[in-house]
Amino acid sequence: MNYADLLRVTLPETALEVTALIVLIVDLGVLRGRTLRLRVVAAVLLGMFGCGVALMTIPLQAQGGLNFPGTDQLLLAAGGSATVAQVGILALTVLTLLLVFDSTFTRNVGEFVAVLLMAATGGLLIAAAQDLLVIFIGLELLSLGLYILTAFAKKSGKSAEAAMKYYLFGGMSAAFLLFGFSYLYGVTGSTNLHQIMQAMYGSNAINATPLLTVALVMVAAGLGFKVAAVPFHFWAPDAYEGAPAPAAAFIASVSKVASFALLISIGTAALHVFGDAHVVRFMVITADDHFPKYLGFATPWSFALTILAVASMVLGNLAALAQRSVRRLLAYSAIAHAGYILLALAYFSRTPVSAQAVMYYILTYGLTTIGAFGVVGAVERASGSDQMEAFAGLHRRNPVLAAILLVLFLSLAGIPPLVGFWAKFNLFAAVLGVSKGAVPFALVALAIAMSAVSLYYYLQVLKRAYVTPALDDSKIPVHPVTMTALIFIALWAVMMGVFPAILQVWMQSFYAAM
Amino acid sequence: MLAWTIYLSFAGALLEALLPKDKPALARWSALAIALAGCGLAVLGFAAGVGHGRGVIADVPWVPSMGIRFTLAADGISLVLVLLTGLAAVAGVLFSWNIELRTNEFFAFYLALIGGVYGVFLSYDLFLLFVFYEIAIVPKYFLISIWGSTRREYGAMKLALYSFVGSAMVLIGLLAAYSSSGSRSTGLVQLAHAGLPVSFQMWAFPLVFVGFGILAGMWPFHTWAPTGHVAAPTAASMLLAGVVMKLGAYGCLRVAMGLFPHGMDPWGFSYLGIGSWRDVFALLAVIGIVYGALVALVQSDFKFVIGYSSVSHMGFVLLGLMTLNQIGMTGAVLQMFSHGIIAGLLFAIVGRIVYERTHTRQLAEIEGMHLSKRLPFAAWAFVIAGVASMGLPGFSGFIAEFQVLVGSWSANPWWTGAAGVGIVVGVAYTWRALQLAFFSDAHPVAHIHEHGHELAAITWPEVAGVSMLVAVSLAVGLYPKMLLDAIEPAVKAMLAGGGQ
Repeated sequence: MNYADLLRVTLPETALEVTALIVLIVDLGVLRGRTLRLRVVAAVLLGMFGCGVALMTIPLQAQGGLNFPGTDQLLLAAGGSATVAQVGILALTVLTLLLVFDSTFTRNVGEFVAVLLMAATGGLLIAAAQDLLVIFIGLELLSLGLYILTAFAKKSGKSAEAAMKYYLFGGMSAAFLLFGFSYLYGVTGSTNLHQIMQAMYGSNAINATPLLTVALVMVAAGLGFKVAAVPFHFWAPDAYEGAPAPAAAFIASVSKVASFALLISIGTAALHVFGDAHVVRFMVITADDHFPKYLGFATPWSFALTILAVASMVLGNLAALAQRSVRRLLAYSAIAHAGYILLALAYFSRTPVSAQAVMYYILTYGLTTIGAFGVVGAVERASGSDQMEAFAGLHRRNPVLAAILLVLFLSLAGIPPLVGFWAKFNLFAAVLGVSKGAVPFALVALAIAMSAVSLYYYLQVLKRAYVTPALDDSKIPVHPVTMTALIFIALWAVMMGVFPAILQVWMQSFYAAM
Repeated sequence: MLAWTIYLSFAGALLEALLPKDKPALARWSALAIALAGCGLAVLGFAAGVGHGRGVIADVPWVPSMGIRFTLAADGISLVLVLLTGLAAVAGVLFSWNIELRTNEFFAFYLALIGGVYGVFLSYDLFLLFVFYEIAIVPKYFLISIWGSTRREYGAMKLALYSFVGSAMVLIGLLAAYSSSGSRSTGLVQLAHAGLPVSFQMWAFPLVFVGFGILAGMWPFHTWAPTGHVAAPTAASMLLAGVVMKLGAYGCLRVAMGLFPHGMDPWGFSYLGIGSWRDVFALLAVIGIVYGALVALVQSDFKFVIGYSSVSHMGFVLLGLMTLNQIGMTGAVLQMFSHGIIAGLLFAIVGRIVYERTHTRQLAEIEGMHLSKRLPFAAWAFVIAGVASMGLPGFSGFIAEFQVLVGSWSANPWWTGAAGVGIVVGVAYTWRALQLAFFSDAHPVAHIHEHGHELAAITWPEVAGVSMLVAVSLAVGLYPKMLLDAIEPAVKAMLAGGGQ
C-alpha cells in the first residue's frame, strides 16, 4: 500500500487529529495551573487553527480519491459531495468552537475541544468513505465523541441522563447498522459501495431478495438513528436538552452533515455504477415495471426512506407544537428538517442536482442551528432556563440577540428572502425534477403544508422575544467573540438568501471538476 | 425609477431599526419622509408609465441554475396599485403619529411591509413575486401582536397562519408549474407562453387562486380579515385593508389567471349552473359580497363593521375578475384602488380619530357620547367616507362597482342581481354605523360626563391624512379617466392572451 497516497487523501483528517493531540498537550502540560480564561482561549484558538489547516489541505487531496490498494475499488472519495461536506464540517466546527468561548459548563476545556476535533475527524471520514468498513469506523469515531460531548456538563444531571440515553440508543443503532452491513457483505461479497451496487444488479443478489431487503432496512434504521428520523428519534430531544450548548450545536450540525453526506454517497454510488442506461433495482427509483412494486414504490430503499421522511415531517412538526423548552423545540424541528431531506434522498436524481440540493440544505441548516443554539445558550446562562418564558422581552434585554433569533428562526421556517427558503425550494424542486408522478407531488405538498405548520412554533418563540414583556429587565451579556460569530451567521443567512446563486455556484464548482 | 420604491422602503426599514429608541419624533419624521419619497416616486413613475404598455424596470439573472431572474416591470395594473401603495403608506404614517411605544421598531416593520408590497406589484418573475409576497407576512404579525388592541395575539397569529397556508398552496402550485413547464425560466411572460397542459391548469388554477384568494378575503377563507383588522393598530389595519388584501387579488389576477387561463374553461358538465372554476369563484365572490354586508349590519363593534365591509367590497374585486370581460376586469382593478383608499379612510376614522379618544369601539357606548358635536371633524369625515363606501356617484367606489356590475351582467345576470343586494345592504350598514356612532340622540352615558372627560383636539396629521384620502377618492370619482387610461390597455392585453 502506498502510504503517501493515503496521506494525501486523508490530510484534513490527519491535521485535525494532530491538532486534537496538540490541544491536549498544551492544555494539560503547558498551561497546567493557569486561569480557565487563558486555557479556553488557547484551546479554542488552537482548534480553529487546526480546522484552518485542514481546510487548506483540502485542495491538495488527490482528485478522484483513493482506491483500495491493488484494486479499482474506491475507498475514499474526493471532490463533489464529499469535499463539499468536508468543507462544511470544518466550517461548522470552527463556529461551534466559537460558541465554546463563553461557556461555563466545564473546567476541562482542553479535553472538550480535543474530543470535538476527534468527532469532527470522524465526520470528515464518513463524508468521504466509500467502503462499509471505513464508514463504520468513521461513524463510531463520530458517535463516541458525541456521547462524551453530551455528558460533558458533569454537574448537570440532565447532561448525564441525555448522554446515557444517547449512548444506549446509539449502541443499538450501531448494532443494526453492522448487522445490515454484514448481510450486505454476505449477499454481495464486497464491502465497497460500488461493488455492492454492481452485485445487486447482478443475478446472484436477486436470488437473495429477502436477505437484501432485511439488510437495506437495517441500514436505513441505523442511519435513520444518526439523522434522528422518526421512529429512531427518541434520543434527540433529550440529547438536545441535556447536552451543553456547543455540544448540542455540534450534534445538530456537524453530525447531521456527515450522516447526510453518507446517505448521498450511497445514492451516488448506485448512480455512478449504472448511469442513465440501466435500471437500478434496489437503491434508486426505477421506471421498470418488470420488478414488483411496493405500494407504488419501486425499491425497498426508497420505500423505507419515504416512510422515514413522512413520519419525521409529520411527527417532528406536530410534536414541536407542544414544546415549552426551546431546546426540545429545536430537536423536534431538526427531526422535521431531516424528514424533508430524506424525501429528497428517497427521490434521488441521476444528475448531481439532488446531491447538491441536499448538501445545500444540510449546510445552511447546520449553520442556522449553530446560531440558534448560540442564542439559546446565551439566554440560558442569563436566566438559567431554556423555557420559552426565559425568552420574554429579549428585544429589551439584548436587541441584537433578538434580531439574530428573528433572522435564524424565520430562516428555519423557510421565509424568503432568507437562506432557508432557498434550501427548501431547491430540495422540493429536486424531488419534483426526479419524478413527475402523483406520489412525489403529494409528498412535496405534504412537506410544504408541514412547513406552514412549523411557522407556528417558531413564531411562538419569536413572540416571546418581541411581544411579551420581560420578566426582569437585566441585560443579557454575550462574549464579543460569540456575538461576532452569531452576527456573522445571521448576516450570512440574509446575504445568502438575497443572493442564493453564490452558494450554488460555489458548490457546483466541486461537482464540475469530477 | 419605480424600483427605488422597493429599495427605499427596505433601506428605510433598516434605518428605522437602527435609530435610537428614545427619539420617537425622529422616527416619525424620517418614516414620513421615506413614505413621501416612495409616494413621489410612485406618482412620477405612474405619470411616466401610463400609455407605454409594459415597461421593464430591471432584469438581471438572480438564480441562474433555476432560471430565476430579478425582473421588475410595470404595466397599467401594476402602476395603479403602486400608486395606491404610495398613497396608503403616507396616510398610514400620518395616522400612526401618536405611537409612543417602540416607535422606531413600529416604523421599521411598517416600512418592511411596504417594501414587500411594492415588490409584489412590480415583480414579473414568479419566484421574485412569491418572495416579496412572503416578506409581507412577517411584519404584519409583529405590527399586530405588539401594537394591536383587541385580542391582538390571537388576531396576529390567525392572520399569519392563514397567510402562510395560502402561500404554501401558492408555492405548491408554483413548484408544479415550474417543474412541468419544462422551460428553464420562471418569468411570468415566459411561463404564460410555455403552453402548460390544460389538464394541469385545471387543478393548478384553483389551488393558486384560492391560495392568493385567502389574502384577498375570499369567502369562506375570509375569517382572518375581521379579527385581524380589529386587532391591528390603525396604520396596520389601513394597510391590511388598503393594500395587503390587494396583494391577494393581484396574485389571483396576475399569477392564477395569467398563468393558468385554461383553468377557467368549462368542465364539460354543470351542476346547479356551476360548470367551471370560474363559476365556482364567482359564486364565492357573490356570497362574500352579500354575507360580508349582512354580517356588517349586525356588528356591535364599530371596527368590525368596517372589517366585514372589506370582505364585501373585496368580493366585488373577485367578481370583476371572474367576469373575464374588459369592463368587469377594469372595474375590478379600479375597485382595488378605490377600496384601498376608502377602507383606509374608514379605518383611520374608526381606529385613530374615534377610538384613541373614546377608548371604546362598542357602538352602544359610543352612541351616548354625541360625537357629532364633540368631534365634528370625525363625523363629517365619516359621512364623506361612508358615502364613498356606499358607492355614490362622484366618488371612486361608484365608478368601480358600477363597472363590475355591468361586466357581470354580460357574463351572468344572476351574479349582478345578487351583488346588487349587497350594495343595498351596504347602504344600510353604513347608515346604521353613521347613525349610531355620530348622530344618535340617545341619552348621554353617565360615566363620561361624571369624569368631565374632554376629547383631545384633532391633530394636524389626522387632518392631513383625511384630506389626502378624500381628495384622491373624489379626484378618481370625478375624473376616472386618469386611472382607466392605465388600466384598460393592460386588461385588454391580458384578455388578448398575450398573457402579460
